[in-house]
Amino acid sequence: MQRTALYEEHLTLGARMVDFAGWEMPVQYAGVIEEHRAVRTGAGLFDLGHMGEIRVSGPSAGAALDYALISTPSALLVGRAQYSMIVNEVGGILDDLVVYRIADAEWLVVANASNRTVVAAALRERVGGSATVVDESDNTSMIAIQGVTSAEIFGSLIPEEERSAFHALRNYSAATMRLEVAGAAITALIARTGYTGEVGYEAYVENAHAVVLWRALLAAGSAISHGTPFQPIGLGARDTLRLEAGMPLYGNELREELTPFDVGLGRVVKLDKPGGFVGGEALLARSTRGERFGRALVGLRVTGRGIARHGYEVRRPGGATLGLITSGTHSPSLGYPIALADLNAEAAPFTPGEPLEVLIRGEGVAAEVTGVPFIPKRSTEGRAQGAHQQGG
Amino acid sequence: MTSPADLRYSKEHEWVRVSGDRAVIGITAHAAGELGDVVFVDLPAVGATLKQFAVFGAIESVKAVSDLFSPISGSVMARNEQLVSAPETVNVDPYGEGWLLEVALSNTEELAALLDAAGYDKLTA
Repeated sequence: MQRTALYEEHLTLGARMVDFAGWEMPVQYAGVIEEHRAVRTGAGLFDLGHMGEIRVSGPSAGAALDYALISTPSALLVGRAQYSMIVNEVGGILDDLVVYRIADAEWLVVANASNRTVVAAALRERVGGSATVVDESDNTSMIAIQGVTSAEIFGSLIPEEERSAFHALRNYSAATMRLEVAGAAITALIARTGYTGEVGYEAYVENAHAVVLWRALLAAGSAISHGTPFQPIGLGARDTLRLEAGMPLYGNELREELTPFDVGLGRVVKLDKPGGFVGGEALLARSTRGERFGRALVGLRVTGRGIARHGYEVRRPGGATLGLITSGTHSPSLGYPIALADLNAEAAPFTPGEPLEVLIRGEGVAAEVTGVPFIPKRSTEGRAQGAHQQGG
Repeated sequence: MTSPADLRYSKEHEWVRVSGDRAVIGITAHAAGELGDVVFVDLPAVGATLKQFAVFGAIESVKAVSDLFSPISGSVMARNEQLVSAPETVNVDPYGEGWLLEVALSNTEELAALLDAAGYDKLTA
């Protein structure tokens, strides 16, 4: 099993470790609910060293990525990021991605740990002739800090001359910064992105600098948190946080059998790219024919007793099966069970408030359709720090 | 972790506190710790019949759902209704306030198939 550069730190912090996509990762430190609430009311620190980082560069790299992905990375300004996906020839989702334009002729594609090899291979095959593709995952660590106090905490590690640029980072922006941490000079790509629905940052650094940055952020968080919680966060709370924010997870909501349209993310697809893109003809043919996409991703709230889990059947009360739960949990913020379900779009519309049933241990338990995200996302708020955000 | 000496334990991490022909059952501190934050407990109705080592309910943490296996046979006399509004009591006080069911035993000889505290602690060491 693979380990991140922070493995020993997690053991020291008393984390419970689990196998996640072949990586030995912390699933929890203090407990999922406590960690979840820390991120919603203060901030939390995440080791995301398992994620894949693939650098694509060269004069034609932008056009090459436009051809390889469903979005238009070429249209990004330097220092901006976009949510994207890579699909197969028939439009099936191979992975969801965040793409950063980090220089005029340089992009960073961040893939899920479980798909990193597939994504790197597909990128090489699709853009290999016209751009340089380097899988830097083995040398790159990713540390996230998420929550309302994250800007102040991370900002305290940013040198004076870069601090205004750091605080000016908008949602889905990134900048390369030089930090001086515990005597070490660290170059970090610092992005205002995340997977929690809160304001927050993700920092990409060389493995050699991961421990020093992690410890510095832990120390800064403890010193600056103003009595709000601050603590390390495991994959358990990462999952409940992203689900409340309505963010899909590959392997649950996203799979190769589904297109971006099937999961309500058709807006990510740029069908009119002049040079076309892999999977584009299939997706275009279906949308221009007005053909219904087969599936709909629907938010549910369980109103009866029980928790809807991945794989459970969903139906209208007493009716035939409409589909399966893709993710479900007890929502620590709302205090009741929430879920996402992959339902037959032929049975749409699914209107908020409409009664549904989830089959839990053989019994139909009452649920209702609900809007997604389940809680308001705060990640797009203008600035993450200071007077503007107090208690926000 | 040392388990209370006055209880009997199953390999499926349930405990039994016997008094006469009645018993209270619950899950062990080890099991509660492994589950993490308990958010829902699905228990059988009063009057339901339990069979030793068979599934009688389910316990859900934020992360996962686990079956509950009855350490003894009998019929359900009472269930811990406090767990409906405060399922986390199972984590806080697994051997006390976090009990699950009170059962009328149908066969006290079954208790011989359970572990004592030392045996259970060895199992979970």
